[in-house]
Amino acid sequence: MTPSGPGLGPVLLSLVQVSRTHGDGDLAVHALQGVDLDVRVGELVAVMGPSGSGKSTLLNVAGGLDTPTEGTVTLAGAELSALDLKGRARLRRRSVGYVFQDFNLVPALTAAENVSLPRELDGVRQREARVEALAALSEVGVADLADRFPDEMSGGQQQRVAIARALAGPRRLVLADEPTGALDSVTGEEVMRVLRSRVDAGAGGLLVTHEARFAAWADRTVFLRDGVVVDSTGDRGGPGSLLVGAGSDGLGSSHWPSGPTDQDG
Amino acid sequence: MSVRHGLLALLAEGPMHGYQLRQEFERRTGGTWPLNIGQVYTTVHRLVRDGLAEPVPQGEIGSAEEPGAPDGEGSGERFRLTEAGRAEATAWWARPVERGAPARDELAIKLALAVTAPGVDVPAVVQAQRTETLRALQDYTRLKARAAAEDLAWLLVLDNLVFVAEAEVRWLDHVEARVARAAATNAARGPRPAPGQGSTTQVSPGPPAVGVGPVGRDLR
Ligand SMILES: Nc1ncnc2c1ncn2[C@@H]1O[C@H](COP(=O)(O)OP(=O)(O)OP(=O)(O)O)[C@@H](O)[C@H]1O
Ligand SMILES: [Mg+2]
Repeated sequence: MTPSGPGLGPVLLSLVQVSRTHGDGDLAVHALQGVDLDVRVGELVAVMGPSGSGKSTLLNVAGGLDTPTEGTVTLAGAELSALDLKGRARLRRRSVGYVFQDFNLVPALTAAENVSLPRELDGVRQREARVEALAALSEVGVADLADRFPDEMSGGQQQRVAIARALAGPRRLVLADEPTGALDSVTGEEVMRVLRSRVDAGAGGLLVTHEARFAAWADRTVFLRDGVVVDSTGDRGGPGSLLVGAGSDGLGSSHWPSGPTDQDG
Repeated sequence: MSVRHGLLALLAEGPMHGYQLRQEFERRTGGTWPLNIGQVYTTVHRLVRDGLAEPVPQGEIGSAEEPGAPDGEGSGERFRLTEAGRAEATAWWARPVERGAPARDELAIKLALAVTAPGVDVPAVVQAQRTETLRALQDYTRLKARAAAEDLAWLLVLDNLVFVAEAEVRWLDHVEARVARAAATNAARGPRPAPGQGSTTQVSPGPPAVGVGPVGRDLR
C-alpha cells in the first residue's frame, strides 16, 4: 500500500507545504519554500545543500524550535501549530533529540550533566537520568569525559557530548545539524553507525551534512537549494544495484547481498 | 596498476600455485579486481622471465601438495620469489603509487563541454550526477554497515570507493559554485570577451581544477 521501503514504520514527522520567510517586502528572505517531507520510523533522511539553502531552518521548523509562516508540521501525530508553547516544549523534550550546529552545551555543567539535564527537566529522576547519560556518552565513545566541563574538552569531544545528549533516553526523532563537522573520519563514521543503529531500533532521523560520505548512511538524501527541495535520491533501492552492473561476477559476489535486507545495525 | 606487484607481494608470503594466487588476490581485495587465471599465468611467467620469480623444483622439501588442489590446473607448478623478486616486493611497499596522467574521465569531459556549450543547463547536469553518485555512495555504505569489523581488507576497499565517490560529489559542489559565481561576474561585467582573448580576471591560487579549466589545455 505504501511506497515505503522494507522495514519502515509509520510516519513520524511530516512537513506539508512548509514555507518560512524572514522579514517582508523587498527584504523578505525565503528560507524555505513549499517543502514537503516525511520521515518514517526506522528512516534516516539526510539533507544537503549549499550554505544558506535553508538546512538549519528546516531542522528548526521540524523540531518545533521555529514556526513556519505557511504549511503544517506534524510530529508524532501532533500538529505543532495546534499546541501551545508549553505543549510544544514538552513534546520537543520528550520526543526530539537535537544536535545543534554549534553544539550548544551549557558551559557551567559537566558532560554528564549536559546530557541528563533535558531528561531531568522532563521529570526523570536524577539518578536514572545520570545512568542514561553515562550510557549515551559511552555509546559515542566519551564515557571517560563524563565529569569534565565543555571548556576542558576538544571540539570533537564536545560534539560527541552534544550527540549523546540528543540520544539519551527514548527519543523518537533525532535532528542533527552537521553532527560530524568537528570529527575525524573514523570518529565521524562511528557516530554515524550509532545514529544509524538508533534509527534502525525504532527512531526517525533528519541529518544535515555537507559531507556526502556521511549522507550516504541515510536511506535517502534530499537536496535543498534556496529553500526549495530540488532533488532526492529516492527511496531505498535494492542494495548494490549500481555495483551489480559493474561486472558479471566482479566486486566480490560473496559480499554482495542478493536482495533488500533488513539491517539491524 | 599492478597485478604484477600484487602477485609479487603475495609470493613474498610463500610459494603458491597460480590458482592460489588468483584466489588470494581476489579474497584479499574483496573481489574488487577480478582476475582470470590466464592473466595470472601470463603475469607469473613475465615475473619468471624477468628473474623475479621461479618455479619451485618438483619434489623439493616443504613443497608437499596440500589436498584440494584441482588437478590439471598449472599441473601443480608452484612459484616462489628470487632474491631480486623479494627486493622488488619490498621496494614496492616503500614506493608511492604514481598518479600518472589524469584519466580520460567522462564526467570531467562532459562538464568541461557543458560549461562552454550554449543552452546546456549546467546546474541540472551537476545535480543529476550528484544524485547518481550519492546513490552509489549509499550502496557502498550499506555494504560497509554489514561488513564484519574484522574484515579489514574488505572495509578498506569499500572505504576507497566511498572516498573516491565523495571526492566526485565535492568536485560537483565546487563546479556548481564556480559556475554560479562566474555567471554572476559575467552578468555584472556585461558582454563577455571573445573566446581566446584570455581574460586575466579571477586567476585562482592553487592548481587548476581538472576539467573546468580552459578547454584545450594539455594536462598530460
Ligand atoms: N533570523 C533570520 N532573519 C533573517 N534571515 C534569516 C534568519 N535566519 C536565517 N535566515 C536566512 O535564511 C536562509 C537559510 O538559513 P539557514 O541557516 O537555514 O541556512 P543553512 O542551509 O543551514 O546554511 P549553513 O550551511 O551555512 O548552516 C539564509 O539566507 C539566512 O541568511
Ligand atoms: Mg546551518
